Amino acid sequence: MTEIPAAGAEPAPATGGSAAAEPSESAESPGPVRSRARLTGAVLIQAITQGSSAVITILAIFLALVVGGVLIVLSDPVVTRAWSSFFADPGYALAQTWDSLSFAYSQMFEGAILNPATISAAVHGGSIAAIFYPLSSTCAEATPLILTGLAVAIAFRAGLFNIGAAGQWVGGAIVATWLGFGVSLPPVIHIVVCVIGAFVGGAVIGWFVGLLKARTGAHEVIVTIMLNYVMYDLLSYLLSHPAMLQEPGQTNEIAPFVANDADLGHVGGPPPQAGVGFLIAVAAALAVAWLLSRTTTGFQFRTVGASPSAARTAGIKVERSWILVMLLAGGLAGLSAATVVQGTNTQLTFNSYGTYGPDGITVALLGRARPIGVVLAGLLFGALHVGGTYVEAATLGQVPADIVQVLEGLIVLFVAAPALIRAVFRLRATTGTGMEAVAKGWNG
Amino acid sequence: MTTLTEAVRTPLTANRRYAAAITFCVLGLIDICLFGALAFAHSGDASFVLSQSGSGIHIPTIRVPAASACFALGGVTIGLGALRAVKELGQLGRRLTIAAVLLCLMLALLCWADAGVIALNVITIMQGTLTAAIPLILGALAGCLCERSGVINIAIEGQLLFGAFTAAIVASAFGGLWAGLVAGSLGGGLVGVLLAVFAISFLMDQIVLGVVLNVLALGMTDYLYDRLMATNPNYNTGVTFGNIKIPLLSDIPVIGPIFFDSTVFLYITYIALIVIQVALFHSRWGLRVRAVGEHPTAADTVGIRVLWTRYRNVILGGLLAGIGGAFLTIGSVGTFEPDISSGFGYIALAALIFGRWTPLGSLVAALLFGFCLELALVLPTVNPVLPPPIMNMAPYVATIIAVAGLVGRVRAPSADGKPYVKA
Repeated sequence: MTEIPAAGAEPAPATGGSAAAEPSESAESPGPVRSRARLTGAVLIQAITQGSSAVITILAIFLALVVGGVLIVLSDPVVTRAWSSFFADPGYALAQTWDSLSFAYSQMFEGAILNPATISAAVHGGSIAAIFYPLSSTCAEATPLILTGLAVAIAFRAGLFNIGAAGQWVGGAIVATWLGFGVSLPPVIHIVVCVIGAFVGGAVIGWFVGLLKARTGAHEVIVTIMLNYVMYDLLSYLLSHPAMLQEPGQTNEIAPFVANDADLGHVGGPPPQAGVGFLIAVAAALAVAWLLSRTTTGFQFRTVGASPSAARTAGIKVERSWILVMLLAGGLAGLSAATVVQGTNTQLTFNSYGTYGPDGITVALLGRARPIGVVLAGLLFGALHVGGTYVEAATLGQVPADIVQVLEGLIVLFVAAPALIRAVFRLRATTGTGMEAVAKGWNG
Repeated sequence: MTTLTEAVRTPLTANRRYAAAITFCVLGLIDICLFGALAFAHSGDASFVLSQSGSGIHIPTIRVPAASACFALGGVTIGLGALRAVKELGQLGRRLTIAAVLLCLMLALLCWADAGVIALNVITIMQGTLTAAIPLILGALAGCLCERSGVINIAIEGQLLFGAFTAAIVASAFGGLWAGLVAGSLGGGLVGVLLAVFAISFLMDQIVLGVVLNVLALGMTDYLYDRLMATNPNYNTGVTFGNIKIPLLSDIPVIGPIFFDSTVFLYITYIALIVIQVALFHSRWGLRVRAVGEHPTAADTVGIRVLWTRYRNVILGGLLAGIGGAFLTIGSVGTFEPDISSGFGYIALAALIFGRWTPLGSLVAALLFGFCLELALVLPTVNPVLPPPIMNMAPYVATIIAVAGLVGRVRAPSADGKPYVKA
């Protein structure tokens, strides 16, 4: 990597527009290829100047951080006061702006990735495990996001838009919780039964959507949205009756704790650190990747996603693929619930479903509906969530954790609009390196 | 694999006639076996009040034996199902039977819920239905404007939410309700502008874009709520519009209090509904919009400015949905809360599709939703046996049944969701 001409590789994300002029000159003069290093350099420069998908993603994250930074600065009273007297003391205004921004983002980094203080503490005899605490929390936070992201992504690949990961999550959570406290089984078997139960609970909801689409043509977007609300209400009903799922003696909508022998084990440490759930998420991603790229079923999914009519003509049972892919998607969302109710918070409440469903959509979009991309996107969003909570605590609420949601929206917005990124950073337009259409219109 | 004849057979939607007949019969059996039997167990009369206290003309309360009424309604429904099975009806006939069956279901539900308990005030329920339907109708109209011109609008939810926020903050900070209404509209319009720019100019995948804009609107309003409103109550005072009685019309018994005694938002909804329905299907403007949505290349060839039409419609839609958002704050509860739109935008989207991308169809669907939402609020107070969460499910279950059993495969405008690039 050291042989790469620095002009092309380094400044592109940092200085944006100004960087584009220099590398484009070197790329335009082809010249004889002298060494392998030179070739790698040329490929890299071309990737940067023309905006390969990885470069677009990095630039999109950078641009989102810039826009999010504007929001942080605008809502900081100290900074806005400094700017109101900008002409009296411009240096002060700029310094305050920089302080506000760098504090917010550095706190976010320390909370989610690495806190330098823990390294110096470890050098002076402190805990070495503490260094990895933020990363472990990020993995834990990413676990359910990766799984709901996969639930949306696998449906995308078969041409279906699964907005219903939230409802499928609830379906899995209900079954896992019930098996978790209502059934007593030997330790390891109990875990396995609960996880499988969660998969089945989610899969049933997904299967129903696929079945309706295949049999009646009901559009999956409407059915999944409606099923989300039905499942929320069902959860609320179950959690408000002690005969169902409510903890006896409670007036709140809360279920009993999942039995200890059904808890997924720890890997990084006790929650909020990563547990076995994270391994399940990674394994699920690998399984989905294998399914999509190495099996007949996966090939059929992708063919149906590319063109249902062509798939039908080729003899693929389109309806069967829809049902099967929605079943798997629901199951993945159910697994996401298992990692939460058996892992991070072992008690199901009405608010447990949180934003895993909607976040799954953004994670799947950022990961371009590819399993490995989904894992990376899930980790990024997990880091943002952990960092957001950390920065809110560190700034005593001055920077609310909601800023993270804005950042997530902006990142996906920019990633999905490569034309905008090219325009902002003056990259040369090419064809085919943008984000291919993952979602289909109403008419399929 | 399969043989070719099997492979090329048409999807199962060809049996729609029987699907509808079976759905009708199932709904009829629900009328009889569920509502009827439960009402029979209660063995009381259902009574409906048709006048408000203080109105000049008094209309006697209607009393019906609940169980018998449920049985009769179920019988009618099954009869209609049989009719659908044996006879191929025209479009109007099909729609009328659907409307009749849904009406029977609603009446049976009401009879059961009200059997032997205090009388239900029908006028209050109808007022509540219309009020609940306002944001849904405006949202669906916004979607209709966008999608008829060929831009998918999933961002209705975000437009409602942002409109609700800007309306509340402007109305509170400047004390002007009308300023709040305009600000709400502009807030929704801003989301509309983003939708237009990214979808039309940057050719972004429109379903992705809609979802992202909803995430952004939710994040922005949560963030601004925490930073501005939570710390400073002056920005969220909860001012609301009062009711305006239309002279003469509001004095008509039954109809007057339901349709002509409400906030300005209901009247805006009437006007928008009529104007858009007429303009889309009976004007040169509407013909052009629909041409752009169905076949932009052809429209371009005859000199219609495709991109300009789309920009204009998407932004108009945003402005309209913003008014719907403003209703959520300054038209009803007053104060803004995070995620106040709570899925109304998605329901409006469902209403739009259920209504086959027409304003009047969306109106029917939105009223159905509004009725279910209102029932979920009212019935548990009348009859405590009904658990509220189960009642809350009603509108969503009704949609699934309607979409799967009655509507089935719908056809969107052909170019809906496809960016137009001039060749």
